[in-house]
Amino acid sequence: MARAVTPQRKATVTVLAWVVGLVIFFPILWTVLLSFKTEADAIGTPWHVLASSWTTEAYATVQQRSDYLHHFWNSVILSLGSTVIGLIIGIPSAWAMAFVPGKRTKDVLMWMLSTKMMPATGVLVPIYLIGIKTGLLDTRTGLVIVLTLINLPIIIWMLYTYFKEIPGEILEAARMDGASLWNEIRYVLTPMAIPGIASTLLLNVILSWNEAFWTLRLTTTNAAPLTAFIASYSSPEGLFFAKLSAASTLAIAPILILGWFSQKQLVRGLTFGAVK
Amino acid sequence: MATAQSRRLARWMSMPAIIVLLLWMVVPLAMTLYFSFRRYNLNYPDRQGWAGWNNYYYFLTDPAFAAAFQNTLVLVIGVLIITVVGGILLALLLDQPFWGQGIVRVLVIAPFFVMPTVSALVWKNMFMNPVNGLFAHAAQAVGLQPIDFLGHHPLSSIVGIVAWAWLPFATLILLTALQSLDREQIEASEMDGAGFGARFFYIILPHMTRSITVVILIQTIFLLGIYAEILVTTNGGPGTQSMNLPYLIAVTTTQQDVGGAAAGGVIAIILANIVAIFLMRMIGKNLES
Repeated sequence: MARAVTPQRKATVTVLAWVVGLVIFFPILWTVLLSFKTEADAIGTPWHVLASSWTTEAYATVQQRSDYLHHFWNSVILSLGSTVIGLIIGIPSAWAMAFVPGKRTKDVLMWMLSTKMMPATGVLVPIYLIGIKTGLLDTRTGLVIVLTLINLPIIIWMLYTYFKEIPGEILEAARMDGASLWNEIRYVLTPMAIPGIASTLLLNVILSWNEAFWTLRLTTTNAAPLTAFIASYSSPEGLFFAKLSAASTLAIAPILILGWFSQKQLVRGLTFGAVK
Repeated sequence: MATAQSRRLARWMSMPAIIVLLLWMVVPLAMTLYFSFRRYNLNYPDRQGWAGWNNYYYFLTDPAFAAAFQNTLVLVIGVLIITVVGGILLALLLDQPFWGQGIVRVLVIAPFFVMPTVSALVWKNMFMNPVNGLFAHAAQAVGLQPIDFLGHHPLSSIVGIVAWAWLPFATLILLTALQSLDREQIEASEMDGAGFGARFFYIILPHMTRSITVVILIQTIFLLGIYAEILVTTNGGPGTQSMNLPYLIAVTTTQQDVGGAAAGGVIAIILANIVAIFLMRMIGKNLES
């Protein structure tokens, strides 16, 4: 039974909600807007910015000057690489714990979660030293390994909560029909598990894409993804608002789009299933 | 239900994840502990030896530590207050029926997907810049002196930037909690003549308590590790005014002081674990139900 809402009330809420939404979104909107202006126009008053003509100059400059594509590819490789490896290690583990739980399954899950609680700064020194010794500092391989490990607990937890929702009766039915474990996995479980795996993949690509401690500390140029590339704009040089806006827009656009698709999974993934 | 064979297989399936996480936890942790008691500076690799508690002593008595510790608390608590209060208000608003719900939701969530270096630099330059920033233009338009946000109020400015990025997270989770509230209970209370205040404090807030706790704990874990935002805005300055613990440890590492940074790392781990214990209990309870 829906509550009766007067049209006036709905109109008031609508106006209020849109104003609040636009205020929160405004910094992103403004950044995108400035990216299509010339450097001289971008530092003007808001009225000047709105009135001035549009150009894609800044985007061309960003690419020419600092090899944007190199960093973009690094971001793609790091986020996809660490997520895929994480899934390869995580799926069998989450699977086993969800469908064949043992006495210690709960303890193992909680312990995995506890590794996520370890602050990055606490282990920065050894990781840095290992990086120097093995020559993995500022390489994509080194960073993929680190990102995989920091996200693995989230991957396993998310998958676990999804797999848990697959009804056990279906498995029993398949078993009674004489399906082997392999066939059970292939024909019964996999189709039901795909949505959960897809959501986990999406959320982890987002988290790795935006990860900004390890990517900043362990890279200089070779493996530097977009987070580090953008950080290079922290020392101002002449007029650079339009360039910074263009670089920022390019860096956040792909993930904003992915993010909007994964709103619901975000809640589950980031709360380790504590809120669904 | 499960056969002995499938149990054995299941154990093998879990092994890779358990082994890599075990290595990831034990090896760096052991190394951090070891180095925290060593005299070891990468600039003077030949001068090595046991340092006893000296690294801890120097790290803890460094005036920068006191400042960093205090700033870390201000940053975490400041952002928590803004995001939790703001999140509750936003969740209440977005839970009402209105036109364009889906689009507004998307607008509100968006900041969460902006990488930290981008959000910090956008706020620093396009908004807080005392000459060309939007706030400066606005101040001039009404005849006020523009404020040098990051120069004069570095920590509050960073709290603001981080709160903007985390508000969507709190909102989204609290909204999810609100939507699972039993509508009939609300209607019944309305029919009994309960005003909005009574409804909020006796029905809505108690229902959201658990989610609020989860938001606070999870955000605390992430907020204790804030680094990129400080790196690209103030570098911890002016002086140590916006230096937090992760930043201080990173600076010590940059100075090649392995022992000192490791001691700082151990302190950071202890702090994070105090929070983690509470969070783990909450999630553990959920696992049983």
